[in-house]
Amino acid sequence: MQFQTAHQHTWRKFKSALASTVAFVSAILVIAPLGLVFFHLLANGAGSVNWDFFTKLPGPVGAVGGGMANAIVGSLELLALAGAIGIPVGVLGGVYLAEYGSSRINLVLRFLADVLNGVPSITWGVVVYGLVVLRFKGFSAYAGGLALSLIMIPLILRTTEEVILLVPNGYREAALALGVSRWKTIVHIVMKTASKGIITGILLALARVGGETAPLLFTAFGNHFWNHNLSQPIAALPLQIFTYAISPYDDWHRQAWAGALVLVMGVFCINIIVRVLTRGRAASVV
Amino acid sequence: MGNLVMTPPEGTVMERVEQQVERPPAAEALPAFTFQVKNLSVWYGAKRAIENVTMDIVSNAVTAIIGPSGCGKSTFLRALNRMHELVSRTRLDGKILLHGDDLYASSIDPAIIRRRVGMIFQKSNPFPTMSIGENVVVGLRLNGVRDRKFLNERLEKSLRMAALWDEVKDDLDKPGTSLSGGQQQRLCIARALAVEPEVVLMDEPCSALDPIATAKIEELITELKSKYTIVTVTHNMQQAGRISDYTAFFYLGRLIEFGPTTKIFTNPSERQTEDYITGRFG
Repeated sequence: MQFQTAHQHTWRKFKSALASTVAFVSAILVIAPLGLVFFHLLANGAGSVNWDFFTKLPGPVGAVGGGMANAIVGSLELLALAGAIGIPVGVLGGVYLAEYGSSRINLVLRFLADVLNGVPSITWGVVVYGLVVLRFKGFSAYAGGLALSLIMIPLILRTTEEVILLVPNGYREAALALGVSRWKTIVHIVMKTASKGIITGILLALARVGGETAPLLFTAFGNHFWNHNLSQPIAALPLQIFTYAISPYDDWHRQAWAGALVLVMGVFCINIIVRVLTRGRAASVV
Repeated sequence: MGNLVMTPPEGTVMERVEQQVERPPAAEALPAFTFQVKNLSVWYGAKRAIENVTMDIVSNAVTAIIGPSGCGKSTFLRALNRMHELVSRTRLDGKILLHGDDLYASSIDPAIIRRRVGMIFQKSNPFPTMSIGENVVVGLRLNGVRDRKFLNERLEKSLRMAALWDEVKDDLDKPGTSLSGGQQQRLCIARALAVEPEVVLMDEPCSALDPIATAKIEELITELKSKYTIVTVTHNMQQAGRISDYTAFFYLGRLIEFGPTTKIFTNPSERQTEDYITGRFG
């Protein structure tokens, strides 16, 4: 065996340094957009985030001032509707995939869920427009919530399935060997053990749909006023941002920046909650 | 092979058992045999794991099942409380009677069987989301028992029987997983005893434990047999010799020899048993 020469050694060290530099620059490029977004939002929007923004309705065209109170509340209402449909269906579907079902059916279901996860979100808006808005002859909060829930379902389904499969089989066996029925074992032992992971999946899905605009365009439609009748069009933060951003008025542009900042902060908060929830992940099981 | 008649037992325990077998007193309600297994065969898919096993398991005694890996001893144990059914595509032929009741009668819910036949696993598995106390009574809770006083009584009784009460009585609210390996296994035993089964099955209960923890579990097993019938799978021949009254030797899915432990270990009838016990194979 031949020992490497000093020249080879230098060349290797150079290659190693090159590789780690390229990796470092790539990592910076990944993080940079987030920093830019935050910087831009703060620079343009922070000035307009004030008490009025959270408490007042949008002002009439041309008037300065006003806020997005209705859009913030509308977004929360839409998320509640979407969660009411999407959380139970997604979680139970994930439980089915992980605990029941034959491997062949599961393969098909899993593939379909992955396809659904890749469907562009505007498609869901169009689908719900065709199925609900046209049939009931009107835009509504229900239609918007449904469109968002359809995006949530495959997301929640897949994360629930994955965390449930992480629960060691020994716990299922231990419960069943005590004479506990199958569904009680699943609910009280398996899902309880995986609860942190399931909640994390739900929160991430809510954060994802909370910023969706496209599926709401032809469903929730948007509203300049307060509306608590769920069968009527409702305002939503992303919709309001969209409308204001494409308007010709400077004041509306400022408000759009403020709305975007509030939206990003909301998503940011959800992610922090998720980090806190999953902090003990190594210690507990899932 | 597989249908050997049991030879008369020896020793004090054996004498007691023999009396039960030969001259059942009128007042004695319990039959002498907890399980009567007749021509049992079990398949996983096309693979036959157990082949035509017939044996009777004596009540209030420890029966050890020994044999090399893959000989079907775990499958046999799991067939005794229908746990093998959790694996898909299993098939079973033959009959198992538990105190005269057919385990595999079509009208019987496996959950009911498992309440009567408890099980301890190789790897201790206290539920990580529950405290020590919650772990012990979880079987009762999930089977609908709400009475707090009853649960507390059963909690202490089960932990005492599992020889764990003195070590954990002040820490009942701590997580079950905070205990040492040996304590966790005794916690699992307490959890199994809390539902008051008739039988406790043990699948290599000490194989993940150190010698001191193993000694404690062995001592416990010997104490428990006054109240329970115990069937344990073990890889450790010395352990089988120490704790069991009867030993069954399985090889390639067949029951090669079954009889009192003293006889199996000192004067086996079958050449294969002797070879295995003396360490010539397996």
